[in-house]
Amino acid sequence: MSLPLRTFGAALLLTLAGCGASSTPSAVPSQSALVVKDPWVKTADSGMSAAYGTVMNTGGKDVTIVSVASTASPMMELHETTMVDGKMAMKPKEGGFTIPAHGSHEFKPGGDHFMLMDVKTPVKPGDQVTFTLTLQGGDTVRFTALGKDFAGGNESYQPGMG
Amino acid sequence: MPHRVARRALLAGGALTLAGAGAAALVTTAGPEPSTVDFGGQAVPFHGPHQAGIETPAQAHAAFVALDLKPGTDRAALARLMRLLTDDAARLTRGTPPLADGQPELAAVPARLTVTFGFGPGLFDAAGLVAQRPESLRPLPAFGIDRLRPQWCDGDLLLQICADDPVTVAHAQRMLVKDARAFASVRWVQRGFRRARGMQDDGVTQRNVLGQVDGTANPEPGTDVFAGAVWTDEGPEWLRGGGTTLVLRRIRAELETWDAADTVGKEFAVGRRLADGAPLTGRHEHDPLDLGAKNAIGFPVISEFSHAARAHVLSDRQRIFRRPYNYDEPPAADGTADAGLVFASFQRDIARQFLPIQRNLAEADLLNEWITPIGSAVFAIPPGCEEGGWIGQALLG
Repeated sequence: MSLPLRTFGAALLLTLAGCGASSTPSAVPSQSALVVKDPWVKTADSGMSAAYGTVMNTGGKDVTIVSVASTASPMMELHETTMVDGKMAMKPKEGGFTIPAHGSHEFKPGGDHFMLMDVKTPVKPGDQVTFTLTLQGGDTVRFTALGKDFAGGNESYQPGMG
Repeated sequence: MPHRVARRALLAGGALTLAGAGAAALVTTAGPEPSTVDFGGQAVPFHGPHQAGIETPAQAHAAFVALDLKPGTDRAALARLMRLLTDDAARLTRGTPPLADGQPELAAVPARLTVTFGFGPGLFDAAGLVAQRPESLRPLPAFGIDRLRPQWCDGDLLLQICADDPVTVAHAQRMLVKDARAFASVRWVQRGFRRARGMQDDGVTQRNVLGQVDGTANPEPGTDVFAGAVWTDEGPEWLRGGGTTLVLRRIRAELETWDAADTVGKEFAVGRRLADGAPLTGRHEHDPLDLGAKNAIGFPVISEFSHAARAHVLSDRQRIFRRPYNYDEPPAADGTADAGLVFASFQRDIARQFLPIQRNLAEADLLNEWITPIGSAVFAIPPGCEEGGWIGQALLG
């Protein structure tokens, strides 16, 4: 699973280098080796929503994301999406996500994602929503995701499947 | 470099003349060697002091999308909208999919895609920024030749989407409209085209559907003359330096009656030769007009009522920059054409540059018999932005 993702990350970096573009402005630099590229969050007035992006580990050690928080939803979960009875279903990721050294992990609709369980501050299109990842060991990484209307990402929730 | 381009354009124009005269020998049979130019991979930088899509040599395809802001789309909402659309445009123009792209595979061919944003008069009301509206940014006065249809007029926000590939334009339009619809509804879309990229040398002046070489008198992009004519240097601070204004007119070509006119009559009406666009007093397309020249019986060679004479201005500061596209909608059941020009004119100031020329034309242009304005809209074109910024930030931020 991690190999194609790593390849994807490398392709992204190549593309950017080819265009002479600097890093995405919304990626907040931090002391951590993690950088979140192209973050966005599905708009929602209330209820559930999800945030996506590519988490890149620029360091030489594996890093594990153990939890996520945001200004829009007090309650959040790290989710993975799997096939259950022929349907895509999402459930909390046991133990969090480990991003391999010099590797990356893509969070995307239909795949792994940052789940907003109960949106209290509506996420409007074009909003900039702050998220904070907590890493194993207690470090945190902040990123700002752009609110986007999106029709997909409607996997059913299977909390009991964890 | 500009000189080289001009010379190449001239040579191609010459070749065209011969081809037009029936010299079919110039048309070559397709050879076995494939083209080595990767037109699809070419990208135009989005960021910079000016928005791309103005000074950019015109791409083959265009979609002009006018949006009406929904009630409640205020200054804060407009800022969110422009942040979104800027992000989409910056990604699309470098050949990468925007965030949340449902068809990311379609973004891989930038084909010189540009997205240029324009603010219509109503946007300033919606934002509560009426004092920031350029003074002459208002619907054009009615002209006697106009037969305007509301379906082609006005609009609060313009997206000018241009690329050398129609699939690229379609995908960019889809992504931008999708992100705009929480804030605005689609008022009209005007699609236009020129010759496909690579069909002629770059720099050849385009022909409109009347067959005329169209755009000869344009200030040359990249020159001081262009900058002095196009980039706004007065009025509201937010527009100055990098911004400009756009007048977009939909001009129907009356092809049925144009076909009934003979070549001498057509050339007299335009003041230029149809074959190569040269003035009737000159030999080459870019020769200056000699409005004083008389024929054997003492009449002006270029009529004072010809299109070229009526549109002629004496000062470089008075010039406008035309970036038109042809349109060709399905003909009527009886075969009557529905074709013409999506006429895009960029200038510092509408009242000082566009209106005097348009008044001259409306009064007495012989060409008026064969062209009918059926749509009209005006937009302020904000300056460009740097990476991390967004279009319109100096006004709405």
